[in-house]
Formats: sequence, structure tokens, C-alpha cells
Amino acid sequence: MSLTDLKIAAARDALRAHEFTARELTEAHLAAIEALNPRLNAFITVTGERALAQADAADAALARGAFAPLTGIPLAIKDLFCTEGVRTTAGSRILGPFVPPYESTVSANLLRDGAVFLGKANMDEFAMGSSNMTSAYGPVTNPWKRRQDQDAALVPGGSSGGSAAAVSARMAMGATGTDTGGSIRQPASFCGIVGLKPTYGRCSRWGVVAFASSLDHPGPFARDVHDCAILLGSMAGHDPKDSTSADVPVPDYEAACARSVKGMRIGVPREYRVDGMQGEIETLWQTGLTWLREAGADVIDVSLPHTKYALPAYYIVAPAEASSNLARYDGVRFGLREPGEDLRDLYERTRAAGFGAEVRRRVLIGTYVLSAGYYDAYYLRAQKVRALILRDFTEAFAKVDALVAPTAPSAAFAQGENMDDPVQMYLNDVFTGPADLAGVPAISVPAGLDANGLPLGLQVIGKPFDEETVFAVGAALERAAAFDALPQVRAGG
Amino acid sequence: MSLDPATIRRIATLARIHVEDAEVATLQAELNGILGWIEQLNEVNVEGIEPLTGATQMALKMREDVVTDGGYPDKILANAPQRAGDFFAVPKVVE
Repeated sequence: MSLTDLKIAAARDALRAHEFTARELTEAHLAAIEALNPRLNAFITVTGERALAQADAADAALARGAFAPLTGIPLAIKDLFCTEGVRTTAGSRILGPFVPPYESTVSANLLRDGAVFLGKANMDEFAMGSSNMTSAYGPVTNPWKRRQDQDAALVPGGSSGGSAAAVSARMAMGATGTDTGGSIRQPASFCGIVGLKPTYGRCSRWGVVAFASSLDHPGPFARDVHDCAILLGSMAGHDPKDSTSADVPVPDYEAACARSVKGMRIGVPREYRVDGMQGEIETLWQTGLTWLREAGADVIDVSLPHTKYALPAYYIVAPAEASSNLARYDGVRFGLREPGEDLRDLYERTRAAGFGAEVRRRVLIGTYVLSAGYYDAYYLRAQKVRALILRDFTEAFAKVDALVAPTAPSAAFAQGENMDDPVQMYLNDVFTGPADLAGVPAISVPAGLDANGLPLGLQVIGKPFDEETVFAVGAALERAAAFDALPQVRAGG
Repeated sequence: MSLDPATIRRIATLARIHVEDAEVATLQAELNGILGWIEQLNEVNVEGIEPLTGATQMALKMREDVVTDGGYPDKILANAPQRAGDFFAVPKVVE
């Protein structure tokens, strides 16, 4: 087995047993990036020298027996996380020249625990997108291919498309992502890997370039549920620098993966059955529920009646927050500057040149729904609908321990598809958006393949701050699915 | 409710994004498409519902009102497109 095929848990044990060095493990991943990144474009910036220096430090620690949870484990960091001294673009032209003088809390936590950073992963501009097609640094190609149409380049999903593609193609052992409307779970489903959006407040947003502050959730990607649990254990924790960071203990997530689901009540939200969903997804969902019944869980129908209103509410709340957050890109303090006739013209030309089409659309929508005379009709109404969506989850969780549903309404689509109508692209998040609005934790686990040989994910949604049940149910689905299909493009493949 | 070209220009001005005349019609169609889809929220009965501003239900923490960070102008200015001493520089605003 090649070093790039190892999972984090196994590599951690092997490093501690001195079976290979952290330098060898990092070199194997850097070689994979060198070979595959020209095809996949998963990384915007590769930090090879830094990675090797971090790996050498890890080897020195391992030699002393002074290891931390992630000592020597090579990861990809979504280019939305500020990394001290390493360019951070948020996938945007407007941050093209930006080198943060500070480290985000989540990435600092990973470095504290000994991780090695291979580079910065490509993404939709400012995390706005479901295909990675809005990146100013070019699209990312999904490592998976359709059986019948090997030439078609597929999207990895988005917005954390580079992170998901890198982990799937074995260019990194794990990665960070952010999920605002589905940006971790949908790419995890499209790329056949595991992605977790924790509870809002579980992982600090400090130093993560802001898109929609009440919806942005940092979280991990990995190739199995246990590895995601290891990563979350390092990423999570209270941070005084984020006023919405939760001051609650971080439990033992690894132990939670081994918990039995016997006697658990699993809810099936009937509103997650929508027109136009791929038939195989409905079948896979039923299969997943059968697996959980066989493992001793009780499967119960539940109703989340406001589900269909989640995305329209999201497309008011998220653009409104974005229009406010992105006001800081003015060409004065950092980032791109375009010359103008006067200061105002400088602002307007900098922002016109710096923002891509999707970001511009959302800033304009957000500006409109917050503007005088329209605030009550749009923004206030959307916040009330958001309250109803949270109430749906609260009422369901009075009856069940977790919910199980598909992650996305389709498998990965081709680059260029769903581009003509913004609303068509938004509908990708139909099953993921509600959990962001409610702030509840959710994981996507690869559970099967469609007729084209493309991976499909199932999603487990849990109660606030109960990631442990989400891991337990996710791990039960993973054991039953025994998903071992491999992407066509991968290191050593 | 449908946005006309003048409203598109007004929003763009509020958002401080320069929009070329040739782009207005495309933006008008796209934004009206999105807003038309959002209109379905009017079907929801929100009578008596308190708006939810964020997912976290926790009270914000209080802390001492003291300076805990700062004192490094070079780090702050390191990414400035143009600087003058310890200041960000912009085109002349007042004649």
C-alpha cells in the first residue's frame, strides 16, 4: 500500500511506531500534488518547503516521543482560512495579493496538534457556489469520471471543491472546509469522501474570511468517519476571539464513532423527497435506513414542514450578511486596488474588477433586501422563516436522536452544467441548507454509486452539540455500506 | 415586485460596484429571476414568530473593556496597496 492510501488513524499509529517518517509521508503527498494538480487544480497555492519544515519538526517530536494528535499528518487548508505568511485568496481576485499577518484559530489549532499544511485549497469565490466554477483561479476537476463518458470533466461540488478533490485523489489525508449552505457536505458527496459540518459555534470562525457570519461553519473532510472525528477533535474548542464560539467541552469524538446505534430513533424527514431527484438516490436512502434497522435502530417518519422554504430564506439571509461582510473590500487597506477618478470611483472600480459574477449578484441582492423600504418584506420575513425551520428541527428532535436523508439531489454534474440559471445552481443545496439555517451538526458519508459509477452520499443530521450521535450513526452507515470504490484520478492510481 | 434598470443602478451605487450600461439588462434578468423564486416565502404564515438572527441561542459573553491586542502598525499596513508612513494612503478627497 502506498503512503498516500493511508488514512489518518493508521498513519498516526505508524508514525508513532517509526514505520516511516513524517518527511516521507509529506513527500509522498507533495509528489501526488505535483503529478495531479495540473489536471485537477485542487490547490491554489502549494507550500512544499513549509510542509517539509513542519514534517521535520514532527519527526523531531516523534523521535522524542512528544507527539500530539496530528503530529506529521499532511492536510489541505481551504483558501478561506487565513494562514500567517501564506497568501489567502478566498478564491477571489480581490484578495489576490493578500498575505495574512495572522493565523485563523482553526488552522492554529491544527498546527498546535502537529499537522503539516501542504497548501491552500481551491474554492468557489468567497465560498459562494456549489460547483467550484466561480473560483477566480479556475475550476477544480472532480477525480471521479462517468463510466460512459470518461472525457467529461465533472465538478467536485462546492464551495469547498478543492478540499474535497484533494482528499478524494489522495493529495492530502484530510482537509478543512466551510459549510454555509452545504459547502462541506455537497462536495463530500460528489467526491466520495466524508465531510462534517459541526454545530454552529463548535469551531471558531476567527480568521476565516467571512461570507455569512450567522451561517459559516468550519469543519473537516477525510476519507472516513473516524478520521473526521480526529480532525474535529483538534479543530473544535472555545475561542474568546469569536463571540459566537461555544464555551462547551469538546467530547471524545473518536470514541463516539464506535458507539452502537441499537435502540436509537432515526427520523426520516418526508419533505426531503423532491421532484427531479435521481431515482438511485431514493433507493440508496431506503437502503441506508434498512442498514440502520438491521443495526438495531428504530426508523420513524418525521415532518420538517418548512423545508421547501429553507433555500429561499437562505438566499435572503446569506446575501444580506455577505453584502455587509464584503463591504470591507474597498481597495484601501488590503487586497486589489483599481485606480479611479476619486475615492468613490476607486471603490466602485476596485469592487467591479475584484468580484466575479456570482459574488456581484449576491452583494447586489443583499444590498437590495437590506435597503430602506424592503427590509421588512424580505430580510425580516426570512429571519422569521428561519425561526420556523429551527422549530421544525427542535420538534423533530423531541421524537428522534438523528435524521437521515440524502446529501444532494444528484451526483456530480459536468463543468458548465447548471450555469445558465443561478436558481438551478442554488437548488443543489436543497437538503443541506436547512441544517445551516438551524445550526445543527450534519455529516455526509459515501454510501453507494449511481448508474454512471459516481459516488452518492447520505447525510446524518443531529441535535445541537451532539456531534457524537452524528458520528455514531455516520460510522454505522459507513460500516454497512463498505464503500470501497476509488476515483479514476488518484495518487498511485 | 420587479426591479427596473434604475433600481439596478441604484443598488449598484449603494453597493459601490461599478456597473457598465451594457450589463444592466443581464443583471436585471438574473436578479429578478432570483427575487421571483424568493417570493414563495410570502406563502408562509409568520404571524407572531420572532425573527431568528443566528443559529446560536447563547447569550454573548461580557469581558473587561481593555486593550488586549495591537501595537504593530507594520503588520497592519503590510497589505496596504499604498501607504504613507503609518497611514493608509488614498487619492485626494478634499481640495
